[in-house]
Amino acid sequence: MRAPLSWLREYVDLPAGTTGSDVQERLVAAGLEVERVERLGAGLVGPLVVGEVLAIEELSGFKKPIRFCQVDVGKANGSGEPQNIVCGATNFRVGDKVVVILPGGVLPGDFRISARKTYGKTSEGMICSARELGMGDDHDGIIVLPPEHEAGTDAIELLELVDEVLDIAVTPDRGYCLSMRGIARETATAYGLPLRDPALLDVPTPNAHGYPVEVADPIGCTRFTARTVTNVNPDAVSPLWLQRRLQKAGMRPISLAVDITNYVMLELGQPLHAYDRSRVKGTIGVRRAARGEKLTTLDGTQRTLDAEDLVITDDSGPIGLAGVMGGAHTEIDDTGATTTEIVIEAAHFDPVAVARTSRRHKLSSEAAKRFERGTDPLTTSAAAQRTVDLLVLLAGGTAEAGVTEVITPSAPHTIAIPADHPDRVAGTSYGRETVVRRLQQVGCDVYGSDELVVTVPSWRPDLRDPNDLAEEVIRLEGYENLPSTLPKPPSGHGLTEGQLLRRRVGRALAAAGYVEVQAYPFVGEASFDQLALDKDDPRRRTVRLVNPLSDEEPGLRTTLLPGLLATLRRNEGRGAHDLALFETGLVFLPTGDEPLPPKLPVDRRPTAEEIAALDAALPHQPRHVAVVLAGSREPAGWWGKGYGASWADAVEAARTVAREADLELTVRQAQFAPWHPGRCAALHVGDQLVGHAGELHPRVIKAMSLPERTSAMELDLDLVERAKGGPLRAPRVSTFPVATQDVALVMDAGVAAAEVEAALRDGAGELLESLRLFDVFTGEQIGEGRKSLAYALRFRAPDRTLTAEEASAARDAAVERAAERTGAVLRGV
Amino acid sequence: MSAPNKSYDPVEVEALKPEEIERMRDEAVAAIAAASDLEALREVKVAHTGDRSPLALANREIGALPPHAKADAGKRVGQARGAVNKALKARQEELEAERDARVLVEEAVDVTLPYDRRPAGARHPMTAFADRIADVFTALGYRVAEGPEVETEWFNFDALNFPPDHPAREMQDTFFVERDGVAESGVVLRTHTSPVQIRSLIGQEPPVYVICPGRVYRTDELDATHTPVFTQVELLAVDEGLTMADLKGTLDHMVQALFGEGMRTRLRPNFFPFTEPSAEMDMVCYVCRGESVGNPDRPCRTCSSEGWIELGGCGMVNPRVLTACGVDPGKYSGFAFGFGIERMLMFRHDIEDMRDIVEGDVRFTLPFGMEI
Ligand SMILES: [Zn+2]
Repeated sequence: MRAPLSWLREYVDLPAGTTGSDVQERLVAAGLEVERVERLGAGLVGPLVVGEVLAIEELSGFKKPIRFCQVDVGKANGSGEPQNIVCGATNFRVGDKVVVILPGGVLPGDFRISARKTYGKTSEGMICSARELGMGDDHDGIIVLPPEHEAGTDAIELLELVDEVLDIAVTPDRGYCLSMRGIARETATAYGLPLRDPALLDVPTPNAHGYPVEVADPIGCTRFTARTVTNVNPDAVSPLWLQRRLQKAGMRPISLAVDITNYVMLELGQPLHAYDRSRVKGTIGVRRAARGEKLTTLDGTQRTLDAEDLVITDDSGPIGLAGVMGGAHTEIDDTGATTTEIVIEAAHFDPVAVARTSRRHKLSSEAAKRFERGTDPLTTSAAAQRTVDLLVLLAGGTAEAGVTEVITPSAPHTIAIPADHPDRVAGTSYGRETVVRRLQQVGCDVYGSDELVVTVPSWRPDLRDPNDLAEEVIRLEGYENLPSTLPKPPSGHGLTEGQLLRRRVGRALAAAGYVEVQAYPFVGEASFDQLALDKDDPRRRTVRLVNPLSDEEPGLRTTLLPGLLATLRRNEGRGAHDLALFETGLVFLPTGDEPLPPKLPVDRRPTAEEIAALDAALPHQPRHVAVVLAGSREPAGWWGKGYGASWADAVEAARTVAREADLELTVRQAQFAPWHPGRCAALHVGDQLVGHAGELHPRVIKAMSLPERTSAMELDLDLVERAKGGPLRAPRVSTFPVATQDVALVMDAGVAAAEVEAALRDGAGELLESLRLFDVFTGEQIGEGRKSLAYALRFRAPDRTLTAEEASAARDAAVERAAERTGAVLRGV
Repeated sequence: MSAPNKSYDPVEVEALKPEEIERMRDEAVAAIAAASDLEALREVKVAHTGDRSPLALANREIGALPPHAKADAGKRVGQARGAVNKALKARQEELEAERDARVLVEEAVDVTLPYDRRPAGARHPMTAFADRIADVFTALGYRVAEGPEVETEWFNFDALNFPPDHPAREMQDTFFVERDGVAESGVVLRTHTSPVQIRSLIGQEPPVYVICPGRVYRTDELDATHTPVFTQVELLAVDEGLTMADLKGTLDHMVQALFGEGMRTRLRPNFFPFTEPSAEMDMVCYVCRGESVGNPDRPCRTCSSEGWIELGGCGMVNPRVLTACGVDPGKYSGFAFGFGIERMLMFRHDIEDMRDIVEGDVRFTLPFGMEI
């Protein structure tokens, strides 16, 4: 809502010298979001006067039409002689009244005017356009004024060019501030000044001679006032003051009748509709539409109506979407200027009905904006009266005596609150007197002493609960005056095990050289194609958005890899080559069979079953952790050659994560997209598959333009978290000497090292303290298709020094078990 | 070696003559002094203190002496050997010190060599910042609560007193989840972490003190100051007798904990469906501390020279929300606040462009390290 300060002053006697910023400050403190104060005409300096065009000479020989004019500016130029002015616009004739700035004047934007030579003539000033005067961007043509203004009149005052406009973002609860009346009320309260309420008008009593109206839906339409004005002069145009106020408020002047309805809406907050009586057939009705009924709205669109749409009808059917937009057929004629009889509608419609219709038809309007926030039902007759008055005054119309009012009876809303309720909400002490005074300023009627019965004003449908009233008191008393105290919650338990684990995982990966990223979770089919997922891979089943940011990415991620790999590539593109990234975040795994959530009430706690039903509508949303890496893991340097990031780093990253949960991962060879079929590890905790790691498939690397040998790991952190046991049990540290035994085992190249190690551990028994693979060897000596794995085994007993025989026996048992399970044989035996 | 013999004159045992022993001693000491390195000294040592050294041989002769002469000779040889050992030890230490000094010089390296062998990693500053904020509140006794990011409208809107079709729902540019053949699936990407508050209230009898950090979604396009996916931190306290003054105090505590002593907040009336009364919360500009206000020579980009930075919304929990969660609004009251922490991070760390936070460029993230 844009509120011109000059207009505001009509209702509140602000102290002289009060600026827009002063008012802004007060209103912000009272809870109106005044986003900015626009200073109209800033920098404008006269003489700027009305001029009458006496003669026009069209100059030829230039690229565009140029006029050399003689303009009478009265005595404004001192001499009274006509002023010679060169003008590039052509939308005026001899005899027209225009706005002229004379040499010495300055237009907004520090555009200084002086007499100058141009197009072979001397131009003594300029004929102005609306844009040049800062009146709006509507058209480039120069302003032609109504003929009654005398040449030489000061146009700065005439056009109210210097003003300030408060631009207010009205929150949804403050519908009444979508009017000058509402803003004036807040301003008056903020300054402690009386308000001249523009809605306080004498209105005639309703009678039976008014235009016939039938409301079939008294809930959808609680009030309908109809008035008729005849003998309207169709050629009358809006006076300057009216046009200017509309312009300053951000609306475009259209025609007198339309301008008047818009003006009254801005003034009182009551949307109005004007019908050309000659085009309305019979009784005006209000009802819900029949499904499939058609209506062409005045934006020219034919709309198919829904059974919920509230419509205005006549004998021919729907003639308007109630509170949203009128129909094209009954519209008053603002171009042909033929309308002479006008029926005015001022109604109160159900906010929800208007909101739903507005949304359903994707049709927003100034009227709908006000109705869906709740208008003042008691203002309809005043608004109709004001419209009638203006049509009579400005269009020479005759007000008909008939006054129609259809009213659904209702009681005013009252709220009972203890007088100290605002005190208890605020945590301070205002006292009863202050509370009552503040509520009265808001427009409430207040009765009672300790228990207050508060009747809220008709324009504040948002005041429903005791806390609503508390807010009114507290805001008017000033939020800045609230004390500051710190409550004492009961002692807490700090972070949960899961939260601690997640932090440790993040730190451990960062400590291992990974940089955390937080990628957007949006994915599309292309993401999965690039990952070479099978057509029926369950990861292709995504949660899809109705309104994605990009149609290419309408889904939510089912894996962290697309985002991580895109980030890797972005970094690579910006010149980084040795990259190790990680991310933790939710992935979204719908089954596709989730039921719709039930519609639940909000007047009670839902039952456990109802909450379960809500949750059943949601996809599974586990937290994953993933890494991607490429380039060097250790760069070459003066210390040596370094080494490249590989599948092994990816698997180790998984172990790093598992270690933080005191878990040991079991690693198995696997084939799983998007990994290299020979370089992919399936990661298990016990028998539970928790993720995969390895080098990416070369095809994926190519498809995504990733660096060669890019490797990745992804695992389900929730599963890891769940598998985490209680506190670690500390190992017993034996101080007896260690017995070390090395073995080299030869086996088929296809045997997994993890299996050999498991067998060795198993066979070695309790004396085994540790085991380490220190060499992998392939070559002629071993034989084709064979490999040798060399292990260092350390044996130690908790209670004695092991004999060589004991250590050897344990080693032999280990080797034997490995031989049984994997066919491994001792090398060189 | 001479055989023991009772008829001899001690002075006639040549090797044990005092002057002879002195000579041996002097020769040994001289040789020790002349040894130029540890290797030479070891040879000298063998030659003059080894089993076949003159003094060792002389020592063996003592046994052949008559009893009355043994003591004398023994003392002389012993003194001589002591002197030699002492000289040896001294020279040994001297030469070792020389060698050590030389080796240390030889072993000197250029310690200014860079060692970027194990490149560092880092946590994302948003993660670290969210943790830091959570820590401020866990220290006060709050619990960190979490919930799903794809959420039902009941949790995201209805229970928070966003009536269906109320314009307030449109204030939050919502991503809606599609469901085949249904106009409204009733499922959205959460637009705030408030549904987590609802889940906390439903799951627990008051007192409830929770802080809810998490990712939220609005249909904004990414630009220098907006991102469709951002991190919100919300707080909820529901207990007997909580007031707006408690809200103010908690906010003041938070900005002081995160931005240092002397920071303050300011409340301005505003509207949110889930709080009543509601307020917009500002904090004193972290960058200019308000000194840019009315001071055109020192304009402040962060607060547009207004002295205050907008943090987010807050207020007293709307009793209707308590009712929807089965909490008796006659007995309990509560306060809540919520803010996007990207903006906070931006002015705390002088970040000019939101995209840096979003894009994952390692050059941006690395300097933040583990904690911020
Ligand atoms: Zn500042």
